[in-house]
Parts: sequence; C-alpha cells; structure tokens
Amino acid sequence: MSLQVNLPGLSLKNPIMPASGCFGFGREYGDLYDLNQLGAIIIKAATREARYGNQTPRVAETPAGMLNAIGLQNPGVDAIIDQELPYLMNYDLPVIANIAGSTVEEYIDVTKAFTRTNAVHALELNISCPNVKEGGVQFGTDPELAKEVTYKVKEVSHVPVYVKLSPNVSNIGAMARAVEDAGADGLSMINTLTGMQIHLPSKRPLLANQTGGLSGPAIKPIAIRMIYEVKQQVSIPIIGMGGIMTAEDVLEFLLAGASAVAVGTANFHHPFVCPEIIDALPDVLQKYGFTSVEDAIGKGHDHDLSRT
Amino acid sequence: MINQLMMTIIDKKTIAKDTIEMRLAGGAIVRTIEPGQFVHINVGNQGSHMLRRPISIADINESDESITIIFKVIGSGTEDLQSYQIGQELDVLLPCGSGYPIKEINVKKALLVGGGIGVPPLYYLGKKLKENGVEVESVIGFQTKSSVFYEQQFAELGACHVVTDDGSYGWKGYVTDVIDQLDFDYYFSCGPTGMLRAVSNKLENHKGFISIEQRMGCGIGACYACVVPTNDDEKNGFKKICKDGPVFRANEVVI
Repeated sequence: MSLQVNLPGLSLKNPIMPASGCFGFGREYGDLYDLNQLGAIIIKAATREARYGNQTPRVAETPAGMLNAIGLQNPGVDAIIDQELPYLMNYDLPVIANIAGSTVEEYIDVTKAFTRTNAVHALELNISCPNVKEGGVQFGTDPELAKEVTYKVKEVSHVPVYVKLSPNVSNIGAMARAVEDAGADGLSMINTLTGMQIHLPSKRPLLANQTGGLSGPAIKPIAIRMIYEVKQQVSIPIIGMGGIMTAEDVLEFLLAGASAVAVGTANFHHPFVCPEIIDALPDVLQKYGFTSVEDAIGKGHDHDLSRT
Repeated sequence: MINQLMMTIIDKKTIAKDTIEMRLAGGAIVRTIEPGQFVHINVGNQGSHMLRRPISIADINESDESITIIFKVIGSGTEDLQSYQIGQELDVLLPCGSGYPIKEINVKKALLVGGGIGVPPLYYLGKKLKENGVEVESVIGFQTKSSVFYEQQFAELGACHVVTDDGSYGWKGYVTDVIDQLDFDYYFSCGPTGMLRAVSNKLENHKGFISIEQRMGCGIGACYACVVPTNDDEKNGFKKICKDGPVFRANEVVI
C-alpha cells in the first residue's frame, strides 16, 4: 500500500504531518517517538522579531474541541533558523515553515530570512491567525489583501508557498481563487474558527485574550465542507486540517479533496496520535477499496453528476 | 523521559470536601518520579475531553509501584475523573515537568507552605526531605474545616500548623500569618497564585521554591499554552510551566 504523496516542494512518505503551533519545533515530540515516521512537519509560526504572545490563560476546553489564544509566541525567524532548524536537520523529514506578520513587509522579511537555509522545503503563509490584533488575519479575510501578500511572498520565496486559509469568511472559494491567482503553490485549510468561552465563577471570558481559535473534532465538518467546496474551484493541492483524530478522518479529508493532512489538537489529547494514524491508514484505505493514498484524493466528488 | 501508561486505580477515597485521593498502579517508572512533578491525565472516555488534566503527585509508594494523586472536584474534567472506580484504568502521561531540585541544594531545615489543592505535592517532597535528614516543618492552609486533609501525614514529617480562612479549624487566617514566626533555611510553597505571591513577598529575604499552576495544553512543552514571564531583563523571557516548571525558584518568574 503506497502512502507516498508528492506535492510542490514536498516528497511525502505518507500524508500525515503535525499542524503548525501544535508541535513546537519538534523537540518535545521527538523525545517521545522517531519523527522520521511523519510525512512532514509544519513548525510553529515565525515572525520577524521574537513575540511573547498573549497573557494566560491561553487555552480552554470546549465540547469536542478547545480554544487557544497563544498569540504567535516565537523566538523570531533568525533564532528559529539558528536554534531550532538544526535539530530537525537530524531527520529525513520535509519541513514546512509557517510564517506570520503584521504587515506585508514583515511577511516579505520573514520569507527572505528563510532563503538563507536549505532546511525548509515549503512555506505555509499564515494569513489566518485569529489571535493577534495585527497577526495577519486581516490578509486572510480580504481577497485583495490575500492576493497581494501571496504575490509578494512568492516573489521572494525560494521554496513553494502554501497559503493557510481562514474559515472566518463568508466565501472561502473566493479566497482560495484569489491566492491561486497570485501564484500560491498550494493551500492549507482550515485554520481555527474564532470563538469564546465565558467562565461561570468569574463571569467573564476565560481566555485572557477573550476570544480564541476553536479547533478539534468540533470543527471537522466545517473543514470537510470548505475543502470540498474549494477543491471544485482551484487546481492547486490542498493540505487539509481541522479535528483529525483517526485514520478514518484522514480518508474523509482525502475524499473531500485534500492531498495530505495535518493533525493538530489531537496531539494534546494523545501525543502518539500521528504515528498511530500512519500505522492505521493502510488498513483503512484498503477497507474502503483504495490501493494508495493518491487513489483516494478527491474521490468524494465523483458522485456529483449521478446525484443531479 | 515522559511515558504514556494505562494505570489501574487501586484505591480511591474522599478525604475532605470535594477532595479525592486516588492511588494508581504504574510499574517501575513511578520510582523515577521526583517531588513536584505531575501527571497529565486523559479524564474522558472516547475523547470526551480533548485536553488532559495536570494533577500533582502527592506520594509515591515504592512497595507496590503506585502513585497517589489528590484532586479537588471543581469542573467537568475533575468530575469525570472522580467517576472512575477502583479497578478501572486511566491513560496517564508521566512524569511531567521539573520538580523541586532537592539534590542540588544544601537544606537543613525546610518549611513547607501549602494552600488548598496545592498541599498534595508538598507531602512527597516533605517525605523525601525527611529521608535525606532534613528537618521539616509545615504550614498548610484551607478555606474551612471540612476542606482540611493530610494533617496527620504532615505531622508525621515534623511540626505541622493548620490554618483556615474562617478559623473553623487550627489557626484563623492565612498561611502568611504564621510563616514569618518560623525558623528555616529554605521554603517550598504550592497553592493558589495569590497565596504564592503573598508568601514570596513575605519571605523575600529567604531562599525558596514555588510551584505554580496554569491551564495546560500538551503538558510536554510543545504548545506554549502555559508560559509565564521571567523576572529578569531578558526581552520576551519566559518559562514553560509544564516543562521548565511547575517548580521555580522564588522570584524567578512573574506571578
């Protein structure tokens, strides 16, 4: 059973990768298992300068999910390149660097900074973090701004660029088409949905940031719907994410049109979830009549004509 | 090295109001646990709770390779944890975090200062200190008489002073009303943030360690949910409570 998937810049031995922000820069999970088992890794967002992020509490549990408002805490792109990437170079593992910024210039600077390393195989352009006031989500909700930042990042990037879309929009297809027009090599979707929880004892929002991004199984149907919709409107590949817990979930994302997937919140629930999904995937593909991962991609769309 | 284990509940009892003591059998790994470390427990069934709950370790029982945890039922997670019965298994990550560095310090006389559900980790610490020949004195504070637990256990380690907010048991007032009358060379404190702040302010001329809590995500240092700023001049300096902590030198971090 072949789990191999080839995407721009990424030769994946399997389609499973941890999602940005849920896996740090790999070290902690690398202490638990061999990261070479993974298809790739998407590292925590990089900004030009170090950021401390939001005040705590930064996480809250919700039904079938969680809210987070970390606030793009990171040591800055130069420290990531010098102090974090060397660790990942010990592995035979494609690295996708997530980049964020407050301005187009910051996105350009972070992208340029990554050109000095060959340890990054693709960029994930984060225009969808809901947790910082000027953290890029303004670029992710306006197709014209999304197009501009994608175009400018593509101009200076030495590796393929996947644009991470926000679900906090009314027309996800328009956003996807806009970044495809601007030259995006792929999409990753979806980021978290903006939510809030009010803490009864204190009678106020539980998160210090008040709002946070909702993730986990609660958002999976939204992710599936958006990927299904976008798949019909663009021809660039999609890395799917949103509440994946099992190999069955992975197949659902493949059928909707994702070519690979990222696992986020589930890592907190069960730290060995990624290798366990990878182990379980061949049997699940076989059970539903597929002979490879490639074979399943987009197959959820084949029935449309017969239904109408 | 953190492990994921299925641990069997071998004992469970209510030891004070809403306060449950559970003993979990875990095998040889429990011998590697240091005082102040914690376990990260999947408290739900079939993923009903996405986030694990960090619970401090109150004691290690080497004879049957079990750990004792004590938790207060305060929300849906601890309610579900309480519903587990003797004989059932819990999915546990352990040992998590960095404990009290008792091997690296020269302590002769220790003061333990605990508040409420911050009291449990100080028990295993006190036991280890006493084993190492350290004189141990404890001040443990609770809201009211019905919340008091482990007075007898702490009394076996050395002098133990119980304080209640309402005076319904022991001294009336706060732990800070008692601690400055005592003689010690290191203090070790765990409890609510307000108490830790008051204790470290009052004992600012003493050497000590505090253990702090925060809502956690991964529990292993990857997600940056439970960070705390450091008290030095380093720009954006911070520590991860789940990995660098939960124990810190007094005044090392901003609480």
